[in-house]
Amino acid sequence: MQMNENKEFEPLIVAFCCNWCSYAGADLSGTNRLNYPTNVKIIRVPCSCRVNPMFILRAFQRGADGVILCGCHPGDCHYTSGNYFTRRRMTLLFSMLDFLGIERDRTRVEWVSAAEGAKFAATMNEFTEAVKKLGPNRRLEDLRCRKQ
Amino acid sequence: MQEAIINKAKQLLADGTVDRVIGWKKGEFAYDITPAVFGSAEEIDADFVYDDFTSANVSKYLVKETKKEGKVLVFLKPCDTYSLNQLIKEHRVDREKVYVVGIPGGPKLDIEKIKAKGISGILSVKNENYTLKIETIYGEETMPFSEAILDKCASCKSKKHVVYDELIGEDGEVLESNRFDMVEQLENMTAEERYNFWREQLSKCIRCNACRNVCPACTCEKCVFDNPTSGVENKAASDSFEENMFHIIRAFHVAGRCTDCGECSRVCPQNIPLHLLNRKFIKDINSLYGEYQAGEDTTSRAPLTNYTFDDCEASIVHERGVE
Amino acid sequence: MQRIGVFVCHCGTNIAATVDVKAVAEALGHEPGVVISQDYQYMCSESGQNLVKNAIKEHSLTGVVICSCSPRMHENTFRKAAAAAGLNPYLVEIANIREQCSWIHKDIATASEKAIILGRAAIAKVHLNAPLIAGESPVAKRALVIGGGIAGIQTALDIAEAGFDVDIVEKQPTIGGKMAQIDKTFPTLDCAACILTPKMVEASQNEKIHIHSFSEVTDVKGFVGNFTVTIKKKARFVDETKCTGCGLCTEKCPMKKVPNEFNMGLDNRTAIYIPFAQAVPKVATIDPNYCMMLKNGKCGVCSKVCSVGAINYKQQDRFIEEKYGAIVVATGFNPIKLDKYDEFAYNQSPDVVTSLELERLMNAAGPNGGTLLRPSDKTHPHKIVFVQCVGSRCDDSKGKPYCSKICCMYTAKHAMLIREKYPDTEVYVFYIDVRTPGKNFDEFYRRAVEQYNVHYIKGMVGKVTPKSDGKLAVQASDLLSNEQLHIDADMVVLAAAIEPDKTARPLATMLTTQMDTNDFFTEAHPKLRPVESATAGIFLSGACQGPKDIPETVAQASAAAAKAIGLLCKNSITCNPCVAHSDELMCNGCSSCEKVCPYGAITYIDKEFRMPDRTTAIRRVASVNPAVCQGCGACTVACPSGAMDLNGFSNSQIMAEVDAICK
Repeated sequence: MQMNENKEFEPLIVAFCCNWCSYAGADLSGTNRLNYPTNVKIIRVPCSCRVNPMFILRAFQRGADGVILCGCHPGDCHYTSGNYFTRRRMTLLFSMLDFLGIERDRTRVEWVSAAEGAKFAATMNEFTEAVKKLGPNRRLEDLRCRKQ
Repeated sequence: MQEAIINKAKQLLADGTVDRVIGWKKGEFAYDITPAVFGSAEEIDADFVYDDFTSANVSKYLVKETKKEGKVLVFLKPCDTYSLNQLIKEHRVDREKVYVVGIPGGPKLDIEKIKAKGISGILSVKNENYTLKIETIYGEETMPFSEAILDKCASCKSKKHVVYDELIGEDGEVLESNRFDMVEQLENMTAEERYNFWREQLSKCIRCNACRNVCPACTCEKCVFDNPTSGVENKAASDSFEENMFHIIRAFHVAGRCTDCGECSRVCPQNIPLHLLNRKFIKDINSLYGEYQAGEDTTSRAPLTNYTFDDCEASIVHERGVE
Repeated sequence: MQRIGVFVCHCGTNIAATVDVKAVAEALGHEPGVVISQDYQYMCSESGQNLVKNAIKEHSLTGVVICSCSPRMHENTFRKAAAAAGLNPYLVEIANIREQCSWIHKDIATASEKAIILGRAAIAKVHLNAPLIAGESPVAKRALVIGGGIAGIQTALDIAEAGFDVDIVEKQPTIGGKMAQIDKTFPTLDCAACILTPKMVEASQNEKIHIHSFSEVTDVKGFVGNFTVTIKKKARFVDETKCTGCGLCTEKCPMKKVPNEFNMGLDNRTAIYIPFAQAVPKVATIDPNYCMMLKNGKCGVCSKVCSVGAINYKQQDRFIEEKYGAIVVATGFNPIKLDKYDEFAYNQSPDVVTSLELERLMNAAGPNGGTLLRPSDKTHPHKIVFVQCVGSRCDDSKGKPYCSKICCMYTAKHAMLIREKYPDTEVYVFYIDVRTPGKNFDEFYRRAVEQYNVHYIKGMVGKVTPKSDGKLAVQASDLLSNEQLHIDADMVVLAAAIEPDKTARPLATMLTTQMDTNDFFTEAHPKLRPVESATAGIFLSGACQGPKDIPETVAQASAAAAKAIGLLCKNSITCNPCVAHSDELMCNGCSSCEKVCPYGAITYIDKEFRMPDRTTAIRRVASVNPAVCQGCGACTVACPSGAMDLNGFSNSQIMAEVDAICK
């Protein structure tokens, strides 16, 4: 979380991207010079199924305002089935966060292929806007990690 | 019932079927019945207890006991048999080393509910025709049995034993239960209300780890929260985040494996309704991926290690529910 | 104590224009453990790499962070440079400050700030990197080619030429593919069969090449150098080893009304058939959908006439399993179905044909023996209208968004051949653009216009209506003269778009290769690795990767063969060391990881452990086969205790990245 010069809330977005589709999709949106906000910081993982719920909670703990997980489209996983497990795990995790009263718009799963540079940029723009509307993450943070 | 169980235990020890017995004995008070291992008929005669307070699920003790020499006798209530089946499925317990005697289930009593009536100095509790005669240092009190039963028994899901070598008494049926009512109530609240509910509950957590230690699904050799390389190691809930983190991750790790035995909430000294987290996962799994009862069998694939091509997307969380 | 070097690349102005590279290098120089932080114009250039190498030696670096383009681009370059300087290559991390920073942001201040954060995350990760040593795994000296068209044949011939065994799996009863159906080839107008069939024979006679015709790949396991493939040899009810291909059975078969797919359904064949005279293998096949004997047990003529006793009505599908070091995909293409194009009356009139159907109509071995006749009344057509881009370059859902590439040229060929053979026939070609990039292609097209007087009209055909006199009323617009045209044609030929074969998608899933949205296989790099898939050991040949003409297909087929040969020449290949491993002390042996592993890389062993009380206990623990594991990490999340972790993307490394980004 940070405030820009106009004191407008600038959310911190952590994006986990699978190496084969979404990270390549993010590269493509760069190659095509498709803008999305600097708020988004990408972490490369081999497959979306590598993303442990603990990583997502940790990001929120340390001050992330939104976490998005991108992987290959169902059926296109480089490892055949990884994103199917991701889909179940994240569905249940997000449902649990929702059950605990954490705003459901702070989390998202999106399938972005290596060819979808435009979709990647659009998704990041949209997600950043949605998180911006929610304001800073207060419900799932560690106060000790808050920046002064 | 206690007599029948004791006789069975002594008989199986005597004929060499088993070498040890997992049962229960009295704790400090008449009502804190604790799991215990018995090696001989003498020990059994001296300490073995089975009464209305004997609610502890002892299946988890088999993880360690079956690693030792010899065969172990265990008495399991219907709900406990689901836990054992799950442990067998996960190769945590060797079925060959266990002799299972199924015993009838509860309802069992909750001492907290008796104390909540303002009854203190309790010496003993007797059930006479579903009226509790409670002997205290101040004299005798009474209350209806039905008002003192454990929450987990009140929403009992099954009277059926899913694994056993023999039964004492009759086997029952899987029941229609109202166990998801409270989860539903919470789901129907606003996010703000849910957040406040859970903040109030989880902030009570003192990280005593009782929930983890009693849980028959939490049998890790080393818990991830004790693992210094996991990055989430912590021994105490020093902050609201860690209260959240521990309980979310614990519930997630047992999702699809939790048999809903309700022990976590029973043992929580802070009375946090932890079972609601597990039930939320069970309810979601049932509605999104089809009815699944962990521990019902030893072969089915757990929901989180399974998938279908047309599973719902995670966005379903956004699409349903109220705000 | 870690000694980390940070190297910030300008990438000319690609990064330096929007990221203050000096400031980034300066800021990252203050990160814990960083002993040197430099910027340079082109880090991937030889002098840039030397800078890194020298720094590794001079400062005894224990870790390197390169802030540059995507790791998908140059991670290997810098890993090799590190290795050359004596540093374990897996102690290099890349911060992507080009594709994911400088190219997408415009404001220098915020872009530089983000670049610093990305650099910090990479530094945090490299702190926890462990030196990894790549294992080796043997290479099976045999290649599999899936698809027996000209692409598959050429690839197989080249691989066999290099001395390796190669299997061709073809789903049709014969190899040859689409090229076998074509009459003449552009731009030379030589006969397709004359150049293809010798290659088919060569393939069948080469002792290194094993053709599995009428077969399909049903399962693929393993990884580069070590694939185990299950091939289904479909029952053809004829013993391949006995059949001599004499063809007597096909003459005697009483079931003569089976649409002949080789001639695009324009004539009929028998229930037992050999697709065409030069088929390889020249073996009969019984079509169980039509054979009376197989359907109701009444006939058996073929069995009676077969002198070698090759007919076997009880034959079953057979599955064979074989190990391969490399797999080449050559599944080819098909013209799209034109059911949705009612405006061209394709389903209403038999005289509206696709270009491939025209190939058969004009082919000497085709239904009319090479004389071009209208399918409806077998009369000689005097006016033929060609429509280009039917389903190609289409924005709507009916067609394909891409250019099918070959249609402009084959239409020029058709027009020319018709004008050459039947000078009294007028030929019109309606086009959006005429695309003729290729050696002698434009000359070829101009010859059609100038020498053969083919009427090329820029514009689209709006509607084709069959008339009662058998003519086809073609309504079209001429965009250059801006007028409506009405032509009464005898035939209309549609240049249907081409699409990948339907079997390609399930095959891609089996091979764990990627496809684009049009179901063409995606190459590992569009420019620099055009014949490899992103999955190691899987190569792409021909139109399965994108529309191609014959010379391009053959060129790519040979290129794919060269890549496969390069792999097969090695006795062993180094494995990816970024694989999962299990900490036995923490493993519960619960089997969760095994259930989510797509490669079957995890097995369980009973192992004796000393307990704290000095007793021993036997526990079941997971063990990962590093040669089989591909490093997806599904197991690491399935594992509740955190015993299972992934090299190169460990729990603590990813956590460190999260922490650095969120700091």
